[in-house]
Amino acid sequence: MWWLLFFLVTAIRAELCQPDAENAFKVRLSIRTALGDKAVSGEPAKEYRINKVVFLWSVKISPNRRTRKISHVLLCNITQRVSFWFVVTDPTKNYTLPADEIQSAIRMNRNRINSAFSLNDQTLEFLKIPSTLAPPTDPSVPIWIIIFGVVFCIVIVAITLLVLSGIRQRRRKNKEPSEVDDTEDKSENTITIENGIPCDPLDTKGWHINDTFMTEDERLTPL
Amino acid sequence: KQPSRRRSGRPARRPATMEKARPLWANPLQFVFACISYAVGLGNVWRFPYLCQMYGGGSFLVPYLIMLIVEGMPLLYLELAVGQRMRQGSIGAWRTISPYLSGVGVASVVVSFFLSMYYNVINAWAFWYLFHSFQDPLPWSVCPLNANHTGFDAECEQASSTKYFWYRKTLNISPSIQDSGSLQWEPALCLLLAWLVVYLCILRGTESTGKVVYFTASMPYCVLIIYLIRGLTLHGATNPGSGIGGLVPFELEQLANPKAWINAATQIFFSLGLGFGSLIAFASYNEPSNNCQKHAIIVSLINSSTSIFASVVTFSIYGFKATFNYESCLNKVILLLTNSFDLEDGFLTASNLEQVKGYLASTYPDQYSKVFPLIKNCSLESELDTAVQGTGLAFIVYTEAIKNMEVSQLWSVLYFFMLLMLGIGSMLGNTAAILTPLTDSKAISRHLPKEAISGLVCLLNCAVGLVFTLEAGNYWFDIFNDYAATLSLLLIVLVETIAVCYVYGLRRFESDLQAMTGRTLSWYWKIMWAGVSPLLIISLLLFYLSDYILTGTLQYQAWDASQGQLVTKDYPAYALAVIGLLVASSTMCIPLVALGTFVWRRLRRGDPAPVA
Repeated sequence: MWWLLFFLVTAIRAELCQPDAENAFKVRLSIRTALGDKAVSGEPAKEYRINKVVFLWSVKISPNRRTRKISHVLLCNITQRVSFWFVVTDPTKNYTLPADEIQSAIRMNRNRINSAFSLNDQTLEFLKIPSTLAPPTDPSVPIWIIIFGVVFCIVIVAITLLVLSGIRQRRRKNKEPSEVDDTEDKSENTITIENGIPCDPLDTKGWHINDTFMTEDERLTPL
Repeated sequence: KQPSRRRSGRPARRPATMEKARPLWANPLQFVFACISYAVGLGNVWRFPYLCQMYGGGSFLVPYLIMLIVEGMPLLYLELAVGQRMRQGSIGAWRTISPYLSGVGVASVVVSFFLSMYYNVINAWAFWYLFHSFQDPLPWSVCPLNANHTGFDAECEQASSTKYFWYRKTLNISPSIQDSGSLQWEPALCLLLAWLVVYLCILRGTESTGKVVYFTASMPYCVLIIYLIRGLTLHGATNPGSGIGGLVPFELEQLANPKAWINAATQIFFSLGLGFGSLIAFASYNEPSNNCQKHAIIVSLINSSTSIFASVVTFSIYGFKATFNYESCLNKVILLLTNSFDLEDGFLTASNLEQVKGYLASTYPDQYSKVFPLIKNCSLESELDTAVQGTGLAFIVYTEAIKNMEVSQLWSVLYFFMLLMLGIGSMLGNTAAILTPLTDSKAISRHLPKEAISGLVCLLNCAVGLVFTLEAGNYWFDIFNDYAATLSLLLIVLVETIAVCYVYGLRRFESDLQAMTGRTLSWYWKIMWAGVSPLLIISLLLFYLSDYILTGTLQYQAWDASQGQLVTKDYPAYALAVIGLLVASSTMCIPLVALGTFVWRRLRRGDPAPVA
């Protein structure tokens, strides 16, 4: 029944709303793409869908304008695609509102229009009105720098620990042989006293080496 | 009589010049893992699948396996045996074989130096992608917006979002090699991090390297298995003609193609990393009684099977990507027709597309002829035909497939982590090839501790590697990748084989090995070392030389931002000079050092004999 009403309305104002008319815009709906399997199929359902769309449409199309009546929005050339042309007229229905105003109104309220119909920019297209794409949300510090910083610090700390432990190990190794030698020096240089009589430390004066005994190069076997 | 004998009863101090015991691997498994980690690198993942695709799928495996047995295993065994016997890095080992041939060792070190300079840049890129994988959505899955936010960036629209991210965001590539551009601080930071990680792993020599290789050798396999399971379950992976089907065709006529055999030989040769001195360095840290024959066979078999395994994964990814792109292309055509003819939404599907096209062409000829030029011919075969190798495969094709998977962040992180493990594993070998001769040399190791030598080498490499982070850096990278190590390595390994068999003497080497390991050398190895392998290398050398000479001017692929694709350009004169220098600086070491030693000895012989 609504269908007939629209026919009537559009027939009266046919000259204002035509494809490629001045101030007319084409709209394209991809309901099946949007709803997928949940889309209702068949003729009555399609009628229902178009009516729902048009009704909600007219309410929202120009919120900052005086025209809020359904009859101020004229539709024509509804196709199977589901696409149609529309114009917005002024209250007297004598002339159509300029394209720029319509365009800016739709661009500003795109999100509300989309959400009213549960569609998005791809499934509810306004030809010749480019949609403002949402810029990607850039955090103040890019995520990759944070992760880079964490890994970098871990690696630096690990390197420092390894280098320091290496230095400590080497210092310990260098000290050991000299310590071992020092204690032996000390033990050789201290004078052993037995029964109050100092034993003469092994004295190098006037010695002859007995080669049969001094065949080893080192007294201590190397580790 | 020892002059250090002392006359008192004090024990002699340990002489200051006493040899420190050579560091050893904690167990033979560390050695095997180190070799696997070094040999299994990025080439297994991004070069072998390409070769399979180019040379007839499964039929490429025939020349590949034959070359493995005839060329790969013998040469690998030779290098490991030399390293284990001489127990020194490449310079010292070849000096022991013959003082005139220490130039071979020097050439190996020079080539390793070039390799480590540019190879770590790949790790830097892997870090970059890895850090960017923690975002939703993945940055290479969407194009950035243009200036007034009405559409996408023009360059990104022309190319694809993955190509844009690689060429513009990662490399910020300039239009040609002459436009050097400025240093890109982001890749430079990643390069610095990559070198720090490498330094961390090699800092303590075999002590630290031995533990790291457990991880770098095994982790890539875990990721490959996960990817295999995921890849096989992807839509389109097992299509005949795509995916795994890529390996199944067996084109016998490809066996008659000499290029297939040459590429198989080259792939085996470079995949095992022969001639760099890394294998000699690793083997020098072995116990002398280690059974390196068994290890050589194990490492070469694992390397080849990893290549085949990685190809299966890569082909399933290809199949998935091709099917996905084909279906998107079809959807675009369907949308175009639906909108132009105002057909009911959902009426056109892939199955009835052709029929409807015919119907529309006949019913609305004028309108159809207007729309016709815009309709792309979608073909699954043309999607599959795009065979890619190298960085293009790793950073463009794989990322394109990953962005279409569910939970793409997880797959992305896994994949780039695997690339990192493969890359760092190979870097450990490269740096070992440079550091082992340096730490062996008493002149250097007396003044500087091991950590300082490693640090200086890493610092130098990092500083020179910053060249590859310029805007034209990727072009220089390609130069190094294609020319720094190819010809020189063939020559180095040829001289190595001839040196061991004919200069040192095969029988002498055989008895050395027998004394060292207790096992006799099989006749198979003797025939291969003395005859077959040198002949094979000579033929490869001749082929490459003739190929270079016949090609004429060398060309490269430059990225054209306006077209969003690669174009071919000629190298300028100074780039050709650099190429010549790269090849000459390593190959000339061999004759120059031989000549230098000869002259030095003549001069010494002229002087009165020094006191022994």
